[in-house]
Amino acid sequence: MTATATPPTGTKNMTMVAAINDALDIALAADDTVHIFGEDVGVMGGVFRATDGLQAKHGEGRVFDTPLAEAAIVGMGIGMGLAGLKPIAEIQFAGFLYPALDQILSHLGRYRHRTRSRYHLPMVIRAPYGGGVHTPEQHADSPEAILAHTPGVKVVIPSTPADAKGLLLSAINDPDPVFFFEAIKLYRSVKEDVPVGDYRVPIGKARIVTQGDDVTVICYGGMVEVAQKAAAAAQAAGIGVEVIDLRTLVPMDTDTIITSVAKTGRAIIVTEAPRTAGFHSEIAAVIAEEAIEHLRAPIVRVTGYDAPYPPFTAVEDVYRPNPLRVAKAIRQVMDY
Amino acid sequence: MVQCLAPDGSVVREDLLPEPEIRLDLYRQMRRARHFDERGWVLYRQGRLGVFPPFGGMEASQVGTAAALTKDDWLFPTYRDTGAALTLGLPIARTLAYWRTSPHGWHMPADLKVLPFYIPIATQYPQAVGAALAERRQGTRNVAMAFIGDGGSSEGDFHEALNFAGALNAPCVFILQNNGWAISVPTRTQTRATDLSRRADGYGIPGVRVDGNDALATYHVTREAVDRARNGGGPTLIETVTYRVKPHTVADDPSRYRSEADTAGWDAKDPVTRLRTHLLNAGLMTEASEAALLAEIAAEFEAALAEADSYPEPTPAEILDHVFAEPTPQLKKQRAEILAEHAQDQKEQA
Repeated sequence: MTATATPPTGTKNMTMVAAINDALDIALAADDTVHIFGEDVGVMGGVFRATDGLQAKHGEGRVFDTPLAEAAIVGMGIGMGLAGLKPIAEIQFAGFLYPALDQILSHLGRYRHRTRSRYHLPMVIRAPYGGGVHTPEQHADSPEAILAHTPGVKVVIPSTPADAKGLLLSAINDPDPVFFFEAIKLYRSVKEDVPVGDYRVPIGKARIVTQGDDVTVICYGGMVEVAQKAAAAAQAAGIGVEVIDLRTLVPMDTDTIITSVAKTGRAIIVTEAPRTAGFHSEIAAVIAEEAIEHLRAPIVRVTGYDAPYPPFTAVEDVYRPNPLRVAKAIRQVMDY
Repeated sequence: MVQCLAPDGSVVREDLLPEPEIRLDLYRQMRRARHFDERGWVLYRQGRLGVFPPFGGMEASQVGTAAALTKDDWLFPTYRDTGAALTLGLPIARTLAYWRTSPHGWHMPADLKVLPFYIPIATQYPQAVGAALAERRQGTRNVAMAFIGDGGSSEGDFHEALNFAGALNAPCVFILQNNGWAISVPTRTQTRATDLSRRADGYGIPGVRVDGNDALATYHVTREAVDRARNGGGPTLIETVTYRVKPHTVADDPSRYRSEADTAGWDAKDPVTRLRTHLLNAGLMTEASEAALLAEIAAEFEAALAEADSYPEPTPAEILDHVFAEPTPQLKKQRAEILAEHAQDQKEQA
C-alpha cells in the first residue's frame, strides 16, 4: 500500500501494481490539479486495485468514478486538460479503448498542433493490456501500435515495478498526452525494490536488460520476462543475448537499438501484438534503414498472430510468445 | 417551442424581451455574422477563401446563444458556427485565416476560450463537459457551451456527454442546432424523434425547444441555462429549430437532394429581417442608424481582411511544429529531411 510519509531515500519491496499506486499517490499529493477518474477507480480502487485507497485519502473530487463510456472518459479528460487540470484516466482494459479512438485520434494527439501550442493536453491514459493470465474475450489485446501510429501522443510500457513507478511519474509530469500500458501479467507476478519518494525514469530511454555480443532481442512490457528467460537459456549454451527493454515506443530510443545491432549483427523483436503492421514492424524498418550493413541474418519477429487474441486457456500460449519461441528465433538467426 | 418574436417581427412574448441595448447588440452581432457569410461567398469565388460552410439564416441560433456567455466561459463550436465564435470575440482576421487554411487561423487569442472549429461530429460535447467540470473544480462560476447539429445528435458522443454532464452535474450548456440537414440527409431520415430537446429527458437534465430564428428567444433561453449552470444547477440541452438555407459548404450542390420549395418558406422566417422589423417598429433603430451600423461593420470587415492578407504563408518545416512540447528525435530527423529537400528544390528552381 501507499506510504503516508515518504522518506527522501531508500527503497521498498513492492509489486508493479503497488508501485503504480504509489506513483499515483505521490502525484495526487504533489499537485492539486491531478485528477484520477474512470470506471470503478474510486470506491472500489480499480479492478486491479491500482487506485486502491486513493479516493479515501485524496477525496471524491480528486479520484472519482465515471459512468461507463470510454469515449466520454477520454473526451472529458481532454476538456479537463484544456481547462488547466492534469487528468489521469483509467481505461479498464486496453481492449476497451476502441470506443475512445475518435477522441484520441481526432483530438488528443492534435490539440497542441491545431492550437499552435495555445492549448496542450498533459493527460495520462492508463490501460492494462496483454495476455498470459487467462482473461475472457477482449481483455488481452495489445493495441499499442494504433497509438504509436497517432501523431502527438506518447506511448510508454514498463516491465518492472521500479520502471512502472518512475515512468508513470514522468508521464504525469509530461506536458503532452501519454498512454501508459500496464502488462496485466506483471501486476503481481514480480516484486522488487522500488525507490521511495518522487522517483523518475525518463521517457524515451531504453533499458539494456542483459548484455551480450551475439543477438539483440528488442521487447517491452510483458515480453521482457519472456525474452529474459530465453536469453538465460541461450547464455547457458554460450550465446550472448542482449535484451533491450524499449520502455517507450514513442519516442523510440533508436540509438540504443542501432548501437546494439551494430555490435551483435542479429536482431529479434518480440511482442504479443498481431504480426501484420505491428510496432515490431517499425522497429524492423528502422534497423533495416539504419543498420542493414551490420546484419548477419534476417530480422526475425516473434509475435502474436493475425487473429483476435484467443481466450482459450489450453492454447493461449500458442498465440502469446513464450521463451521457447524466442529461443527458436535465437537459434534461427545464429544458424543463418 | 419558445418564441418571443413572430416571423413578421411582432412581439408574441412581451415578458421575454431583453433590455433594448441587448436587442440592439444582438442585431449588430447578427449583421456582423451575416456580413462575414456574404463576403465569404464572394471571397471564395475570387479564390481568396477556401471551402467553408455558410451559416446564413442561422444567425439567431448562433448569435443569440453565444451572446449569453462572457469571455471567461468556454465555446466549443462546430465548423458551421463562425457566427457564434465571432459573437464571443474571435477576431474576423483569424477566422478568415482559418478558412484560408493558414496556421494563423489556428492561433487563438489568449483572452478567449474559443476552441478551433470542430470538424469531427459531436466530439466536442464530452470535451465541454470536462472543461465545465474543471472550472467547477477550480472554484470558478464559468460555464462551457458546445454546439452540434441535428445530425450530431445521432453520434454516441452526444449521448455520452449528456449522460456524463447530468451524472456529474457539469455546468454545461449544449446547443443542438436543428437546421434540417446533415449534408443531404434530412432530419426525418436521421431520426424518428420529432422533438430533439426531449432527448434531455433520458439523461435527467432540462431540455428546451426554441425558435432558432428568433434571436430574442434563443438569447432568453440560453441566458436561463447559463445562469442555472453558473449557480450549480447543472447542464441544459437547448434545441434551436432553424434551417440551413444555404448549401452544406460553398462546394456543395443542394439541388441534388432538396427542392427550392423546401427552402422558400424559411426565407420568410429570416432571423435578421425579423429582429430588424422589431427594432424599427419599437423605435430602437432608424433606417439611418442602421445604415451607419452597416457601414461600420463593412469597414471593420475590410480592415480585418487586410490584416488576414498580411499574414505570411507557412514555411515547409512548420508542418512539424507544435506536435510535442519538445520535438522527438524522430521529428528532428524528419525536420532535417524537409529542410534538405526544400533547399534542394529551391536550388533546382534557381
